Amino acid sequence: MITAGTNDSLLDEITGPTPGQMLRKRIFGHQGLLIGAVVLVILTIIAILAPWIAPHDPYAQSLMTRMEPPVFLGGTWEHPLGTDHLGRDYLSRLIYGARISLLIGAVAALISGVIGTAMGVAAGYFGGKVDAVVTFLINVRLAMPVVLVALAVVAILGGSLQVVIGVLGLLLWDRFAVVMRASTMQVRRREYVAAAQVIGASTPRILLSEIMPNIANNLIVVVTLEMAHAILLEAALSFLGLGVQPPTPSWGLMVSEGKNMMLFEPWMVLIPGAVLFVLVLAINLMGDGLRDVTAPENRS
Amino acid sequence: MLQFILKRLGLALLVAFTVSFISFSLLFLSGDPAAALAGETASGEDIEALRRLYGFDRPMLVQYGEWLFSALQGDFGESYYFRLPVASLIADRLSVTMTLGVCGIIFALLTAVPLGVIAAIRPNSIIDRVALFISVAGQAMPSFWFGLILIVVFAIQLGWLPPSGTETWRHFILPTIVLGYYAMPAIMRLTRAGMLDVLNSDYIRTARAKGANETRVLFRHALRNAIIPVVSLAAVQMGFMLGGSIVVESIFALHGAGYLAWESIARNDLPTVQALILIFSMFYIVFTFLADVLNAWLDPRMRSS
Repeated sequence: MITAGTNDSLLDEITGPTPGQMLRKRIFGHQGLLIGAVVLVILTIIAILAPWIAPHDPYAQSLMTRMEPPVFLGGTWEHPLGTDHLGRDYLSRLIYGARISLLIGAVAALISGVIGTAMGVAAGYFGGKVDAVVTFLINVRLAMPVVLVALAVVAILGGSLQVVIGVLGLLLWDRFAVVMRASTMQVRRREYVAAAQVIGASTPRILLSEIMPNIANNLIVVVTLEMAHAILLEAALSFLGLGVQPPTPSWGLMVSEGKNMMLFEPWMVLIPGAVLFVLVLAINLMGDGLRDVTAPENRS
Repeated sequence: MLQFILKRLGLALLVAFTVSFISFSLLFLSGDPAAALAGETASGEDIEALRRLYGFDRPMLVQYGEWLFSALQGDFGESYYFRLPVASLIADRLSVTMTLGVCGIIFALLTAVPLGVIAAIRPNSIIDRVALFISVAGQAMPSFWFGLILIVVFAIQLGWLPPSGTETWRHFILPTIVLGYYAMPAIMRLTRAGMLDVLNSDYIRTARAKGANETRVLFRHALRNAIIPVVSLAAVQMGFMLGGSIVVESIFALHGAGYLAWESIARNDLPTVQALILIFSMFYIVFTFLADVLNAWLDPRMRSS
């Protein structure tokens, strides 16, 4: 006589874990992915809650309290990470800086993602002349030196947040196009696409409901990598003085402002750079982790 | 093979032509280059005079045609700031950038290839983990920040190396490390993946079965095949690095072409910026073309694609 309990476990043995359970297991079993995701979530929450958790106004200058050291170098808890050359609270500027970096990374990745995915999917699905044109455009884009072109365009149009986001969004679509083109080519010949074509589904419908869901995991990986790329580039542009303009609390700009004081106050350069490094590292770890977790060869 | 080379050459020229058009028209984004050049305090007459002087009053396509025609003959016009021919200005600065690029790629190859090989021979060992850490950190490291840290530690605290300038070879050590580290992660990952792939292949098993000693198997058989894609990646990276040297040159005050680009952008020196964008693009195009040809020469399977 088989009891209900053993019956359940028997059923488990036959059917095994569901795909969803397996995916969860892979995600929580992957250290890098987990660490990256946790750090990114924390930094995102900090960025969103900036007005409530920042101890001071990031723009408020105070000539009486300039260049105060962080608390671990003999400063006071009034300014836990000290103050900059204009007496602005460093911690508050760092917290607001997270908003700038994440906003630029997310929106630039969104813009370039839409452009690159449209081009890549079209090239991969239609092939022939469309593919030749897209491949040519990718080659042209890769041949343009990103930092130089971005600097030149930002210098001409002026270094506002919108311009920096727009320029990066219009420059960073190449990897989206390359990866989406290759992924679409792999999926295009599958039976379910042929089946959809046979029953007379329209091309937009096939692209949206047959192709896109099956290349989405690769897309997410590229989104994370390009977001990290955009954040690093914005910091570099701002560092060179041709990105986001003062007094905006951009981390790259903070490193640049701290550079003049580097000999005496190295923490002014170390702290914003370290935060930038941690954010980009977290996003990259998440991207690499997602690639490992969603790769078909790990599904056995 | 010849057909392959000609096809690639045609494509490279077409890409170069398109890039030249884009880089020329990019700088007309502001609408009126004459107004930008004259500055905010200039009167309408001043701007009009400048417009005539530089020929901005003509259609853009005519200006482009003229610019391209002289550029093909090596004449990129005169710098607005230095009042010197752009071509000679850039030629003077290019040797610094080329030296930095070559040193950077050599540094990247000398560190990344051995690390990648060892990581592949002993997967999951400490060295494999260190190599992985170095490559993950390298991709997240803001190069301007890394450069500043190296200056603080090695030039200021320890006093071993000069913080900036180009006078001696010692001035190139820190910039080489920063620029090389940028290219390292990709080369290391590809070397490791290639070696792992090759070491599991049949011909390596055969070589081992024949009793060839392990050093010979690793270097004569495995590395020789695994290195092919690495060589072409290095060529492509070199093209990227020259374009990216603008950040490194500005940190270490190396007066190369990247530094010139940075200064010229800040000074609104359009002819110099246009020429530099085109020249950096040409480097990338030439290096990827060489990489393609090299690949096809080493691996005949690549010639059909």
